[in-house]
Amino acid sequence: MANVSGKFAIVGVGETLVGKRPEASTNSLHLEAIRNCLADAGIKASQVDGLLTNQPLNDAHRSYAVRLAHMAGIDPTYATDLALGGATPVALVQHAVMAINTGMANIVMCVHARKRSTPDPSPGYAIRTGDEHWEQPWGHFAAVATHAFTAQRHMYEYGTRSEDLAEIAVATRKHACLNKNATMRKPMTVSDHQQSRMIVAPLRLLDCSLESDGGGAVLVTSAERARDFPKPPVLILGMGQHHPHFSLMDAPSLTTLGGKKSSETAYRMAGLSPKEMDFAEIYDCFTITTLVTLEDYGFCAKGEGKDFVKGGRIEIGGELPVNTHGGLLSQAHLEGMLHVTEAVKQLRGNEVEAERQVANAELGIVSGHGGNLCMHSTLILGAV
Amino acid sequence: MSETQDKRGRPAAKDRPFLDELEAKPFWANLKEHKFTSQRCSACGKFFGFPPQFLCPHCLASEYEWIPLSGKGKVYSFVTYHRAWHPAYQDKVPYNVSLIETEEGVRMMSNVVGCPPEAVKIGMPVEIVYEDFEDYTLPKFRPAT
Repeated sequence: MANVSGKFAIVGVGETLVGKRPEASTNSLHLEAIRNCLADAGIKASQVDGLLTNQPLNDAHRSYAVRLAHMAGIDPTYATDLALGGATPVALVQHAVMAINTGMANIVMCVHARKRSTPDPSPGYAIRTGDEHWEQPWGHFAAVATHAFTAQRHMYEYGTRSEDLAEIAVATRKHACLNKNATMRKPMTVSDHQQSRMIVAPLRLLDCSLESDGGGAVLVTSAERARDFPKPPVLILGMGQHHPHFSLMDAPSLTTLGGKKSSETAYRMAGLSPKEMDFAEIYDCFTITTLVTLEDYGFCAKGEGKDFVKGGRIEIGGELPVNTHGGLLSQAHLEGMLHVTEAVKQLRGNEVEAERQVANAELGIVSGHGGNLCMHSTLILGAV
Repeated sequence: MSETQDKRGRPAAKDRPFLDELEAKPFWANLKEHKFTSQRCSACGKFFGFPPQFLCPHCLASEYEWIPLSGKGKVYSFVTYHRAWHPAYQDKVPYNVSLIETEEGVRMMSNVVGCPPEAVKIGMPVEIVYEDFEDYTLPKFRPAT
């Protein structure tokens, strides 16, 4: 099998304003992201021949990708919805590479938007998560609790404390404070975190990400074709996925998740190792997710995440800046779509506020994480 | 907010089991008689675990038996809900939800009852108690005596 590393590229990014968007609908947020992405790439919708998206959580469709393509004036020769929860945005890029590599499309729009902060004026049918019949009768309803099971187990096995998780929330907030398009821009301290109310112990309010309205999109094509686009292309160097269980009751481990195998596949494809990464955009639906993923990605040994995240190491200017945009915790929760767009902008250079640009950013890793801790996707991206 | 969706368009949470799930009917019927059972594959001899399914998750054989479990196990991990996501839990916070690992190696979601939530620990030995409702019985666990 030929290695696709470096043969495909991201040539456009689009982000919408995020936060509370009561005037917007689920559809309009997707379309705004597509429009902004096309403008960035300097092409028209009619030149795009593939579209990948995720189903709106509150409006299940037979095919949302086909609907969206035609709402945007795209006539796709390849289109489908992917359903990997928060692992979807990273997977959209992976599937775009696969579609272009087989000749089914040449220029693929990957778009993802959410309307979760303000009510959708026209909700449809909600999507099942899949396991609720075996959780809700015992009062288990919330993603925060699913992640609290992991936090509890991580604390038991490795001595991690709530104060260690606070370091992640605080560093992420620092980055959000530098991002004009971030929802939470008031500085946070470890003490603020420790005083925030318990939601599902051991996770507190400030361990939790936001509920947001907004969208993002990226445009993928071959590295060869990428030369015709106005902005510097960002090369797709490594890709991986792993989904080690579906039901939480069936998880082989709560403290090593899909990120381990997923990142190993991506590093192997890219011929790179963790120490070569200049920054990391790590899925942060909860602080514990970031901690476990940093360990699974090999930035430190299992159980050492609690020390790794301290002392400014994961801040801009530190050894491994993490979530340079403010992440799901403090920028916006669009299931990681903005982790992808942020990584592209960091690698192009001069596209984010100067104070949060990672110096000499040449290589970055992006993670996606979804479901009952069960789905994981990885991208390694590089500047040309 | 409606019977089927919450205000953000997510499926509405329920506080009772879905008794019509075809694969799970024997599980709920056995519990009604205070028998805690799990499927064991007649071909490979392994327990299916939960949720129930018709074909073995290990070898895809169709033949299995509902085997009584000892009802003894340990807490694998646990959480304490301080917020109620469902009106039925409004007066119950803080409450425990635990992943219980049975002696047979099967894990399931349940509650540790009979002690305050702060007394629950990982590795704590527990045993089954049956909580009876009008049309179903829920398996829960208490600290082992």
